[in-house]
Amino acid sequence: MRGWERAKFFVIRHRTGLAVWVLAIILLLTPLVVNNPYNLGILNLIGLYVIVVLGLNLFIGYAGQISLGHAAFFGLGAYGSAVLTAGYNFPAWPAMGLTAAVLALVALALGVPTLRLSGHYLAMATLGFNYVVHGVFVQWDAVTGGPAGLSGVPPLSILGFAFNSDIKFHYLVWTCALAALTLCLNLVRSGVGRGLAALAQDEVAAATLGVNVQRDKVQVFVLSAVFASVAGSLYAHYFGYVNPDGFSIFKSLDLVIMVVVGGMGSIWGTLFGVALITILPHFLEFFETYMDIIHGLILVVILLFLPQGFVSGLVDYFRMRVAKRRLKLGAVKGNTSL
Amino acid sequence: MRVSKNLLEISRLSKRFGGLPALSEVSFRAARGQVTALIGPNGAGKTTLLNCLSGVIKPDAGEILFDGANIAGMSAPRVARLGISRTFQNLRLFPRLSVLDNVLCGLTVQAGDSFLEALLRLPGLRNRERRLKLTALEALNTFGLADKAALPAGVLSYGDKKRVEMARAFVSQPVLTLLDEPVAGLNPEETAQIAGLIRQMRMYGKTMILVEHDMEMVMGVSDQVVVLDGGCRIAAGTPDEVRVNPLVLEAYLGRMSLTA
Ligand SMILES: Nc1ncnc2c1ncn2[C@@H]1O[C@H](COP(=O)(O)OP(=O)(O)OP(=O)(O)O)[C@@H](O)[C@H]1O
Ligand SMILES: [Mg+2]
Repeated sequence: MRGWERAKFFVIRHRTGLAVWVLAIILLLTPLVVNNPYNLGILNLIGLYVIVVLGLNLFIGYAGQISLGHAAFFGLGAYGSAVLTAGYNFPAWPAMGLTAAVLALVALALGVPTLRLSGHYLAMATLGFNYVVHGVFVQWDAVTGGPAGLSGVPPLSILGFAFNSDIKFHYLVWTCALAALTLCLNLVRSGVGRGLAALAQDEVAAATLGVNVQRDKVQVFVLSAVFASVAGSLYAHYFGYVNPDGFSIFKSLDLVIMVVVGGMGSIWGTLFGVALITILPHFLEFFETYMDIIHGLILVVILLFLPQGFVSGLVDYFRMRVAKRRLKLGAVKGNTSL
Repeated sequence: MRVSKNLLEISRLSKRFGGLPALSEVSFRAARGQVTALIGPNGAGKTTLLNCLSGVIKPDAGEILFDGANIAGMSAPRVARLGISRTFQNLRLFPRLSVLDNVLCGLTVQAGDSFLEALLRLPGLRNRERRLKLTALEALNTFGLADKAALPAGVLSYGDKKRVEMARAFVSQPVLTLLDEPVAGLNPEETAQIAGLIRQMRMYGKTMILVEHDMEMVMGVSDQVVVLDGGCRIAAGTPDEVRVNPLVLEAYLGRMSLTA
């Protein structure tokens, strides 16, 4: 009896960590079931986007901001690694680190002035940033290879072990994705995370409680840029080539849609949002043809009916309903309980 | 060093909004461990004064000496760090966070704000979080909210929300707490509850500035009353002195009775 109680207590107390471990074991075993390269490729793509969208969701859902330019960070990460390794024979891991560090500074330079302004300035600024970056990818032939892009990007390797197949990359990308997931879960369960959730709901109240609103927003923006950069580097090494197509403003919109489907501020919902939006066009031809229209519809419908996003919107809705029911039924004592 | 009896000394504080004065050279002091009430008719500038004190807005001129240091124009998070907390006239809770998390937000300064430490969830942070949670639960107990800790703050009744905001303001053991109309919109029973809590906090040695329209409540809990009208200080003194001050009666004439 005591042992059972203790086990229950352990599970409740470590539920987040345990959930990550369960997911890790599932992903470890997935290649036994999903073993054709096509499906593994989709799963790898999901892993890559999970890293980007986790960061973006912190920024949108926790810091309460908007970015329409995260495909630019993703692309700059990919091009940074591609140019440095394929063009200049730079070793791959330091190239990834260097690219991420530079992009952190870019995000800082972009975030400090724009995050001070409220309203749509940030959306405009990030959109413009994406537009310019995409233009550079297309136009700057000498370095980026123009519309054709760059090829010959070597696979990543650790101590001579190269991640040069779909199944090997599966383990690499999901290790990174789970690391990103853990970092995000850590952040949101800390005082800093509470401060971010607070400032997303009421900046004035958050500030009077000691939340450094401005600085926290910039920090999350920088973090999300670094996540996107690392995912971009992984992308370049996985496919072996990069071209401008995947990094336009439309990709940025797709990333925002993934956040919205997963739900603002829902770390676990992000997995669902990314998976759904990535898988749909691959399994339903219909979706591929009308992808933009359908994405637009998904965005509008969700934001109209569940402004918090799909998954977390539903969770919130039921949480509120259950809470109201409990209050009404008197399961919770009235306010005379002083 | 001599510890001054006054925790707060405001002198000649002024603030204009688009040319219209909301505060004109207001001066007063708040003694340590006492409740200083700030009263006055609608639009007198009471909330504006609290906003200046808490760093929500910057005053145009004047000094705010808090423990001897001028904090006029300081940013809100820095003011919070000095141990000044507040509640708001129109509730400012975080409706989607649980009641417990709302109160934990009151411990933002104590939780630390290192991003890296939070990302890595180092053991020190884990232990600190556990301690903070206990502190927050204790505060919920004090404010009669223990059984509602897990509910989203948005679903609570108005009276409960008011108390969550107070718990959030007091959980950090603040040096000074600013309460903006804590009983506005509450029924007499709830009002008595809040008055009791304010008295309890005073017994714990807390210094408070209380903005309130409910005169019975003000007269019952305050040590000192400052009266504002049209942005100017028109009177100050003990509740009994202020009650019979002709200037105060005139300011309120036809607007509210001071017979309480
Ligand atoms: N942010 C602002 N912008 C412009 N005018 C403001 C602002 N805040 C307050 N005012 C004006 O300043 C004056 C004082 O307002 P304040 O809110 O301080 O009054 P108050 O004493 O708190 O009144 P009440 O009892 O109604 O809460 C009012 O005339 C109000 O319209
Ligand atoms: Mg007011």
